[in-house]
Amino acid sequence: MSLELLAYCAFFLTVALTYAVIVLGLNVQWGQTGLFNVGVAGFVAVGAYASALLTSPPVEGRLGGFELPIVIGWLGAFVASGVLSALIGWMTIRLRADYLAISTFGIAVTIQLAVLNLEGVTGGPFGISLIPRPFGELAGQSLAFSLANLALLVAVVFGLYLMLQHLARSPWGRVLRAIREDEVAAEALGKSPRRFRIEAFALGGAIMGLGGAAQAHFIGFIAPENYLPMLTFQVWAMLIVGGSGNNRGAILGALLVWALWAASSAVVEALAPAGEQARAASLQTVIIGVALCAILLFRPQGLLPEPGSARRRLPFLHRWRGTPAATTGSERT
Amino acid sequence: MSGQILLEGLLAGAMIGLGAVGLTLTYSILRFANFAHGELVSWGAYLSLSLSLAIGAVSGASLAPLDPFSVSAALILAVLLAMACTALLALLVDRLLFARLRRRGATAIIVVMASFGASMALRSLLEFLYTSKPAYYSRELQIAMPLPGGIRATPDQLLLIGLAFVAVIAVHLLLTRTDLGRAMRAVSENPALAGVVGIDTAKIVRAVWIIGGALACTAGTMSGLLVQIRPYMGFDLLLPLFAAVILGGIGSVPGAMLGGLIVGLCEALAVQTIGAEWRAAVAFAVITVVLVLRPTGLFGRAT
Repeated sequence: MSLELLAYCAFFLTVALTYAVIVLGLNVQWGQTGLFNVGVAGFVAVGAYASALLTSPPVEGRLGGFELPIVIGWLGAFVASGVLSALIGWMTIRLRADYLAISTFGIAVTIQLAVLNLEGVTGGPFGISLIPRPFGELAGQSLAFSLANLALLVAVVFGLYLMLQHLARSPWGRVLRAIREDEVAAEALGKSPRRFRIEAFALGGAIMGLGGAAQAHFIGFIAPENYLPMLTFQVWAMLIVGGSGNNRGAILGALLVWALWAASSAVVEALAPAGEQARAASLQTVIIGVALCAILLFRPQGLLPEPGSARRRLPFLHRWRGTPAATTGSERT
Repeated sequence: MSGQILLEGLLAGAMIGLGAVGLTLTYSILRFANFAHGELVSWGAYLSLSLSLAIGAVSGASLAPLDPFSVSAALILAVLLAMACTALLALLVDRLLFARLRRRGATAIIVVMASFGASMALRSLLEFLYTSKPAYYSRELQIAMPLPGGIRATPDQLLLIGLAFVAVIAVHLLLTRTDLGRAMRAVSENPALAGVVGIDTAKIVRAVWIIGGALACTAGTMSGLLVQIRPYMGFDLLLPLFAAVILGGIGSVPGAMLGGLIVGLCEALAVQTIGAEWRAAVAFAVITVVLVLRPTGLFGRAT
């Protein structure tokens, strides 16, 4: 019994950590750079499908199935999502800040549509199955298998965390924060805000793709309905709850929100009558949506605020009243 | 392009245009991209449905369709009431969420994120209340009449195209010929200066939500009449709405309407040539083209 519980805990933590990878990617875009991505699900999907195509066994009538090692798949996911993000960033980052939000929303809708309709590449509505799982040879012993996967994900998240912490303290990270806080001043010092923003957006997108690949390989099966706007929403809730700008906050937020999500799903399953499950689940989403708004209203810094920057929370820099958009720094982009 | 595609495009375009007019107004006056605008469309459609059933139940016979349309007297009354209710809903969300963020001086992008959360909550609430099963205003089947040029259209379709144009002309006149409209444009151009000359910004914000909510309700009811009523109908319309707003130029009401028509026509054309399953990607293609070629849109000012 306790062994089963342990295996379940390992499973739960592993899934939560795959989310943590995605949230860390979003934190590079939003937390460090202030770029609002409403299409997280799309970038995650690109990573998941890229890796699945590279590593899964071939299937009649479908492209891909190269049976390459998992590492190559994850690398491919990182590159594919990164390139896509760079393209989107190149297209929109020179424009108004919210054009990026609209474009990312659009690309996520389009990617979802593409994975659903391009049956010859993505398997269409049936998705891709038989994605090789790390430590697949242990699949018979569920505890060893779960623990090995958990260890792998812990290593990935920890490695990413160290890399991102290092980047945030590097000259590159300092320029990013400088641009976020005062674009005009950063530009006056000779830094090109556009270039740095595109780089950060691409890096964040690449990490999201990696997270998508990790998730796909852990579950072993992907389908278009895994990448609905709901996923974007969950990832955002994780980052906002944990504290944007703080990498530890991003990981904590992923664990906490995933725990709440899983627990409330269990409650819904246990309490709602069989015919009303879908309805009860939508009530669950209402509560999470309201909670996200409430956090934005009452504790915008999240649980763990960004280290060393009380300044950022000073009345949000630009007051809506009395500041024509054309003269403030950040809205000119 | 055949006449039939033109008609389908006009219908979709009129619907998108109506929603986009409200969205472009909130965008230019409140200065954020409201991801919850699609939810006003869905709520408008469901409010019309519930109110028409309620009116029909109270008054008895008024649910019978008015020949040659499938629309009943109860539904017409219900739409007018629903427009008011949707406007109230928009005002309520503003009061609870957006107004507080504005007062605190939150950046535009925080407000956009809050609208994203509000959209999720409002949509799921509809799903909870009405379930995700599609609903219909009327089970009446309409026979399409042949029109010149080999086009076939139902009476409902023609009625809705006419109504959409009346609504847009009314909003255009309101904005260009009345004091309220002039004040709205002043706030959109320069809120500080508008405040200096004594324009009541809070009143303008209320007017924006009322107009936006009422038009969104109209668009939702139209879409419900032509297709079906679903909790996701507004969310699915959101990308075409943004495409129309960006194509028309943010803040331009004629631009939003024209943008809506162009997006609608492109969708109809894509359905015919590429296939219906790609319809939802058309709006994104339009956005991409506009952002690369002319980011200010057709009638937009450079910012």
